[in-house]
Amino acid sequence: MLFAFTQLLLFQLAGEMIAHGLGLTVPGPVLGMALLFIFLVLRGGPGHELQTTCQNLLQHLSLLFVPAGTGVMLHLHLLADQSVPIAASLAISTFVALAVTALLMKWIAGRRSEA
Amino acid sequence: MKPHISELWVYLATSPLLWLAATLLAYQAGHALYRRAGSHPAANPVLIAIAVLVALLKLTHTPFEHYFDGAQFVHFLLGPATVALAIPLYAQMKRVRALLLPMAVALVAGCLAATFSAVWIGRWLGASPAVVMSLAPKSVTTPIAMGVAERLGGIPSLTAVLVIVTGILGAVCARPILDRLRVRSHAMRGFAIGLAAHGIGTARAFQESEETGAFAALGMGLNGLLTAALLPLVI
Repeated sequence: MLFAFTQLLLFQLAGEMIAHGLGLTVPGPVLGMALLFIFLVLRGGPGHELQTTCQNLLQHLSLLFVPAGTGVMLHLHLLADQSVPIAASLAISTFVALAVTALLMKWIAGRRSEA
Repeated sequence: MKPHISELWVYLATSPLLWLAATLLAYQAGHALYRRAGSHPAANPVLIAIAVLVALLKLTHTPFEHYFDGAQFVHFLLGPATVALAIPLYAQMKRVRALLLPMAVALVAGCLAATFSAVWIGRWLGASPAVVMSLAPKSVTTPIAMGVAERLGGIPSLTAVLVIVTGILGAVCARPILDRLRVRSHAMRGFAIGLAAHGIGTARAFQESEETGAFAALGMGLNGLLTAALLPLVI
């Protein structure tokens, strides 16, 4: 558990260092995920410890968004003043993103399997 | 020699312990309610926890900065958790390879659709420029979205909130929408959910199946990378 968590932090650290060092707009943790993925491909899979630690961490992934979400209290006025454009924009664009992505993927995969 | 209750409050209010505990309790209360409601997506545990915490903070006149002193320990785990998403991704590598082309096309189209529909609708309905720029990266995970919003001239902390609302919306609506569109493949459902609704959608996708969750993690990660690289150029 301890070693696996250290590994995660080290991959994140490596990601942060690359992102900051090269002035990339991609955040460190996402690069860290890419690095860990490459590491897993090279090593042929995660060890038992890393596997269970990650599963435990991801089991309550949505908890980790609560602190940032509570920041809504800083913007209640702004949200109330512009509630219509914000609500419409979020609702419609979430629908559009879901539909475009899923349907396009289905369509292309379907065409390929027919061909 | 009982200490006065207000002294106790002063002590607790200055330590990070109180709000850290409150964050964990509020989330578990949210989760219990969600279970009670038969896992109905509208009873989203994140939404319930945020509502409870905001109400508590308002009632006790606690500033957000103060709350965050405690809650930052939970917030910090977002980084290692993002890295950990490589594990489910790796587990689905074979499926990923088979779907590489449809995924690449859907990724670019989905990323642009999410961004431009949000920006145009916001503008059209009269949102202020700072709000429009805060809306642009709302489909990607919080740390990326905040960084992108800052570069575009948006308000990062507002973006964090919009991102979370988007995630909750996606988590709540994805299932009925994808069912209606007759998208049945777990991989495609997951990829769309992760792309449109980042980590909160991904958390929800894992409840559908391991495969849905893994593809959601992939959609979230790739959209994060693409949005961070592309948005400062195209907006």
